Amino acid sequence: MEVGKKRAVSFLLGLLSWAVALVFFFPIFWMVLNGFKEEIDANTDPKLVFDPTFDRFDEVTSQTQGLLGFREAFMNSVWAVSISTILVLVLAVPAAYALAIRPVAKWRDVLFFFISTKFLPVVAAILPLWIIARELDLLNTRLVLIILYTAMNLPLAVWMLRSFFSEVPKELIEAAQIDGAKLRGQITSVILPIVAPGLAATALLCVIFAWNEFFLAVQLNPVDGSTIPIWVTSNVSTRGNFLAKLSAASTLATLPVVLAGWLAQKRMIRGLSMGAIK
Amino acid sequence: MAEVRYENASRIYPGTDIPAVESLNLDIPDGELLVLVGPSGSGKSTALRMLAGLEFVDEGSVYINSEDVTLTPPQDRDIAMVFQNYALYPNMTVQANMGFALKQQGVAKPERAERVQEAARILDLEPYLDRKPKNLSGGQRQRVAMGRAIVRRPQVFLMDEPLSNLDAKLRVQTRTELADLQARLGVTTVYVTHDQVEAMTMGHRVAVLKDGILQQVDRPRTLYSRPVNLFVAGFIGSPAMNLVEVSSEGTDGLRLGSLALPLDEQTAHDLAALDAGDYTVGVRPEHLQLASEGIAGEVTVVEELGSESYVHVTVEHQGGPLLLVVRAEGETMTQRGDNVLISCRGPVHVFAPNGERIGA
Repeated sequence: MEVGKKRAVSFLLGLLSWAVALVFFFPIFWMVLNGFKEEIDANTDPKLVFDPTFDRFDEVTSQTQGLLGFREAFMNSVWAVSISTILVLVLAVPAAYALAIRPVAKWRDVLFFFISTKFLPVVAAILPLWIIARELDLLNTRLVLIILYTAMNLPLAVWMLRSFFSEVPKELIEAAQIDGAKLRGQITSVILPIVAPGLAATALLCVIFAWNEFFLAVQLNPVDGSTIPIWVTSNVSTRGNFLAKLSAASTLATLPVVLAGWLAQKRMIRGLSMGAIK
Repeated sequence: MAEVRYENASRIYPGTDIPAVESLNLDIPDGELLVLVGPSGSGKSTALRMLAGLEFVDEGSVYINSEDVTLTPPQDRDIAMVFQNYALYPNMTVQANMGFALKQQGVAKPERAERVQEAARILDLEPYLDRKPKNLSGGQRQRVAMGRAIVRRPQVFLMDEPLSNLDAKLRVQTRTELADLQARLGVTTVYVTHDQVEAMTMGHRVAVLKDGILQQVDRPRTLYSRPVNLFVAGFIGSPAMNLVEVSSEGTDGLRLGSLALPLDEQTAHDLAALDAGDYTVGVRPEHLQLASEGIAGEVTVVEELGSESYVHVTVEHQGGPLLLVVRAEGETMTQRGDNVLISCRGPVHVFAPNGERIGA
């Protein structure tokens, strides 16, 4: 009887978590579904069963003269996200080494400085940023977003990588030293392979934050050179609610992040350092 | 092939006043297996790490082959080290782990493979060359760590408690293999352990440390038969030496309860020159015996080990009870509660109140 009771409880708990998950997932599901509908099926008389169509996707991706096109926005996003993420990792790895493995003097203060750069609300900083960008002729360029996304993600990446780096067993680095590896060899052959999951997690977060960034893009790069989030809003029409069209655009904006998450997850398998010690 | 020398080498950890290793002087001739032994916190690992270059030497110098390496980084010392937790590179196969140092030296791939193969043959690791460390047992990992060291043919081997993560049986077996391997390769080796049995069985010479200070460095037999002070006397030997505080009564010599202790000539002579006072007397269990005459006592515990047994006996000494451990034959008939007589057949070690040995 006892066993039956336990089973019933775990069945109910399972049911509950499914219910909660569905409540959370439903809006996303509805958005994706809407993207495949005619406007009328999405708006006035929402239907669950309908004739799926790719027309909305064709509509949002088709080029209109003078407006930010999907292809252009997508490429801008890809450039801004990938270059800034690579820059962040290239800068954060040595910083994390200097903070975790061979801590520099006052490393706690350094770490605090990094996070303190996130204290200032972006809205409060936007005016000086805008003026500097204007003076440097950077408004409406990819470059301004690359620079700002790098600066925006760097503190987070340094913090994350520092904690991953400090988990590397000290003896492994000492063993590499004794085996004759110079600093670069120690980092590339020993440390990085061990922190690879952490590196993947950090990169994923940088990609997500940069991909979804809206405020800086809309302020500093609002017109033709802009990114996917700006393109999504360009599908908001003043002539009424085009829910299906907007859903199709949102779905397209979501896909790359989901894909990046799926790819990173494969690398984020824990326990890579198993077998190193003991 | 190399000799190693510590010259007044000290290490003081930042933020502490007491040195972890204090003015260490030690000469290790070429090919010797020297064991550093001591309780935890004695500075034995620190001393080893100073030789490895992983620990800064605050005062004094360290020499390898009469070359001052005090400030040389570990990369350039041509030493190999086996860590307590092995520190194998988890992302590399056994082969890559063993060949890593050679790769850093720029040794060509064919020669590298050959030398790894050779080391793998010596250590019975050939079937495992393509495995990752996580797919190896503890003993195999230990051998890979050894392999990584011997592949290099370094000037000096450093071993930091390399057997302490193995189970008891494997540890004893590996101990012998390791000593044999060291003798065959003839590479100067510094070996750290807290296990005095390991120290005694493996070391050509053993250096005993306590609180960062070298107490005695000698061949195991000498360490056992002539400990220079109370600490070494109590630390070396299992079961430990019986150490008893005894008041000397002038020319009468030293008495353990009612038992007059047999002192050798030199000790008796040196003792006679000193004032009467409280000395500590040390007698190893095998130098006491159950006999038909001697000091009377009651058996409290019998430890039967098969080939021999250790009998714990409570006797009366200077007005109080005193526990003595006496070695007896295996399969002894003695039982708890028996009344026995104990005699001493010497040698007896005598230590002054400051712990120093008296006599030769």
